[in-house]
Amino acid sequence: MAGAASWSFSENDFQQIQAQLQAFLRESNARCALLVDRAGQLVATVGEAPQFDSTAFASLTAADFSANDQLARMIGENEFASLVHQGEKESMFLADVAKRVILVVLFDQRTTLGLVKLKGKRAVQKLTQAFEEMFKGVGTGPAAPQKGVLEGAEDEIDKLFG
Amino acid sequence: MSMINYASREINCKLVYYGPGLGGKTTNLEHIYGKVSPNTRGKMISLATETERTLFFDFLPVDLGTIRGFKTRFHLYTVPGQVYYNASRKLILKGVDGIVFVADSQIERMEANVESMQNLYDNMAEYGYDVTKIPFVIQYNKRDLPNAAPVRELQEALNPGWPIEERARQKVTPDPVHVGRNLVEQIDTQWIGRAPYSEAVAIRGDGVFDTLKAVSKMVLKTLS
Repeated sequence: MAGAASWSFSENDFQQIQAQLQAFLRESNARCALLVDRAGQLVATVGEAPQFDSTAFASLTAADFSANDQLARMIGENEFASLVHQGEKESMFLADVAKRVILVVLFDQRTTLGLVKLKGKRAVQKLTQAFEEMFKGVGTGPAAPQKGVLEGAEDEIDKLFG
Repeated sequence: MSMINYASREINCKLVYYGPGLGGKTTNLEHIYGKVSPNTRGKMISLATETERTLFFDFLPVDLGTIRGFKTRFHLYTVPGQVYYNASRKLILKGVDGIVFVADSQIERMEANVESMQNLYDNMAEYGYDVTKIPFVIQYNKRDLPNAAPVRELQEALNPGWPIEERARQKVTPDPVHVGRNLVEQIDTQWIGRAPYSEAVAIRGDGVFDTLKAVSKMVLKTLS
């Protein structure tokens, strides 16, 4: 592979993912759920709109998860499939989805870590299935390049950069 | 790994500024942050030590315009240049779409440049990526310093060229920036490709946007 493959998702995929995340929020009573890809890009946000810069948050999440992945390997584990950061009032639960995306759940005292973990496990299973279907559906495995979105747009690209 | 979101009509791409310590990677991002309108850029995040050396990365998201109704969002990252931060440096390369190698032109930093370039090739190879096949631009920074090595010497050391085996790519390709030079050419019987380069004084902002434009354009062209 020359470089990192690109990936895309349609409006239908997006709605399906949003619906699953909403169901998870209802069951877990968490405040907000975000999906972030492993390269640090925000894929979706559901629930209470975050008051912080979600783009920056997504890049830090991916870095945090990647760093912990390496720590896991150093101590002889394949991975830490989920992580928890617990604060006095606000906490975060992070979990791997299909080795490609990270589910980030923000929650407070309205729920418990146990409930978030329990419901999170089911949500991760469903999301993993959805993402695997999505990659299969568009014929792009995680490593296959998705070309052509800007096909024939060379002139426009040249113009944009002067 | 560019991500195309058809629901929000966005193309997200990741660019990484690589290179030896104190070469000017963070300075490139700081200049972009300072010059781009706040409407088209996000917050700049710097994970640095108390002495302002990059510990993990700097991050800056910028919108570069709209093509075919898609907003093009570029996520700019720097890596820590210091040799002993290799583990975290490698993590930042995950999912990269384009690379800018910021070389320090000072003659005393030649060895550090070469070492960092080798480290880039090694780290990319560990992910199964090939630097010679993705958008890649070299920036020779600090051109204003009296001890700056001639560009010719820097090119020989850092951008000597790689063999091009694919027949489809074996055609003379002129360098769009440096008139009279080629990015792909035949030398004796061997086809050789090189990365485009730019000259910069990042602290003054000279050449910073030229470099960003060059690499972004190459990334978008991979989608066309």
